[in-house]
Amino acid sequence: MKRRDLLLGSGAALTLAACGSTPSVPARAQVVVVGGGYGGATAARYVRLLSDQKIDVVLVEPQESFVSCPVSNLVLSGTRTLADITSSYDALVSRHGVKWVRDSASRLDTTTKTVSLAGGASIRYDKLVVSPGVELLFDEIAGLRAAHTSGQVLQAWKAGSETLALRRQLEAMADGGVYAISVPEAPYRCPPGPYERASVVAAYFQRAKPKSKVLILDANPDVTSKPALFKKAWAELYPGMVEFRPLHKVVAVEGQRIRIEVQDDVRADVLNLLPPMRANIIAAQAGLMNAGRWCKVHWQTLESTAAKDVHVLGDAVLAAGGMPKSGHMANAHAKVAAAAIVAQLSGQPVNASPMLTNTCYSYVGDNSAIHVASVHEYVAAEDTFKPVPGSGGVSAQRNEAEAAYAAGWARNIWADTLG
Amino acid sequence: MARHASILLAGLMMACGAHAQVANLPTRSLAATCAACHGTDGRSVSGAGMVSLRGLDRTYLQAQLQAFRDGSRPATVMHQIAKGYTPEQIDQLAGYFAALPRVAP
Repeated sequence: MKRRDLLLGSGAALTLAACGSTPSVPARAQVVVVGGGYGGATAARYVRLLSDQKIDVVLVEPQESFVSCPVSNLVLSGTRTLADITSSYDALVSRHGVKWVRDSASRLDTTTKTVSLAGGASIRYDKLVVSPGVELLFDEIAGLRAAHTSGQVLQAWKAGSETLALRRQLEAMADGGVYAISVPEAPYRCPPGPYERASVVAAYFQRAKPKSKVLILDANPDVTSKPALFKKAWAELYPGMVEFRPLHKVVAVEGQRIRIEVQDDVRADVLNLLPPMRANIIAAQAGLMNAGRWCKVHWQTLESTAAKDVHVLGDAVLAAGGMPKSGHMANAHAKVAAAAIVAQLSGQPVNASPMLTNTCYSYVGDNSAIHVASVHEYVAAEDTFKPVPGSGGVSAQRNEAEAAYAAGWARNIWADTLG
Repeated sequence: MARHASILLAGLMMACGAHAQVANLPTRSLAATCAACHGTDGRSVSGAGMVSLRGLDRTYLQAQLQAFRDGSRPATVMHQIAKGYTPEQIDQLAGYFAALPRVAP
């Protein structure tokens, strides 16, 4: 009882100190996490777990609940609902003692070590975790911002209400129509995602409107992930329905017409244009976006090379070789960062040889899936992670067992991130 | 009284955020690489289909991971993952999960 009182003492004082502004926002915390996606939520949870709940954590995330991008393509094909891919933040708070501030960060000051919130409050930190995800660069495709704002051309790459809106567009499309999805130049969030989406939309068309077509306009020279497996699935499961056009970079949209950089224009009935991506704007404003469109980190700790005591993770990071921008990888980044933060705050040596794993499942039909897996080891001499030679790989062929594993993977990673 | 003082000291150290030692951090960190698929601390969500690793026999765990690693046990994914870990890391993982209490199946 006494011990508990003492441990909570500092927290209680902080709560009182914050009462002058917004009662629910503490004035300071040992660790503040900005962003509650796969990276940020996992980081918040694992700092609590690995510190045996000794380090206090504030999570800044404006959304009411967590909506998973992985599996969201099945909402488009109609075999899952949005509720199926939505999880609560409640367990992070009630089970792990994370203080969740439902607001968004408006400014990160890495000199005064302060996070300013859109609601007006600010929080001082000892350690900051920035896991802001990607920003979609609508303005890099002429006409896209207006078309997106009007609801005519959707991305649905950030899962949520747009996922449902795109589902409605697919349902409303007449049999014999064309659904076009464009893929930006790599790197972008979820390398196999566009091809999974094309596959399961084709599965839906086959069930509901079999004269329709799926057209993939890819800015890249080939399918970015699992090319042989995806192309085999399209040829065998959806003959004549899925068309893949490499090196087709979308530069403009006018009504139902898509302009391609080199080739002829394309018309489609449902336009799903994925703009180029970069680290979210909050990272840029804080000076963390120091490697082109991405944030460079010291890989042993995922500490920014631009600011001390700031750990950047997930899709916003300049990836090391062979490392995808995936939810699984963000979860893996978060655990390495959390362990490093716990070690640093408790005066212990940081793990000299951290490891990362990744498995990306992709559905290619209602009941079949494929995967790509990798294991990455820290290489101190080069301050990077590299795939362990001989490890990793892709499915031998698409199969039903992996469709079940993909569903199980989702349930376990959601629990590992938020449970 | 001595106990009270040590408790006070622990509380102060935590308040300062320094030198609150955490046991076994590197091994827990290594084991966390299994958690996205097999659940936090090897506790798989009921019905997810991936085996719960916690509380399994150490020799059994080690043998299975080695078998995935050398290809003698066929798999969809685990043969590719196990090849990413050294025999020493496999031993460390097997020891860690074996020491955790088994969950009701």
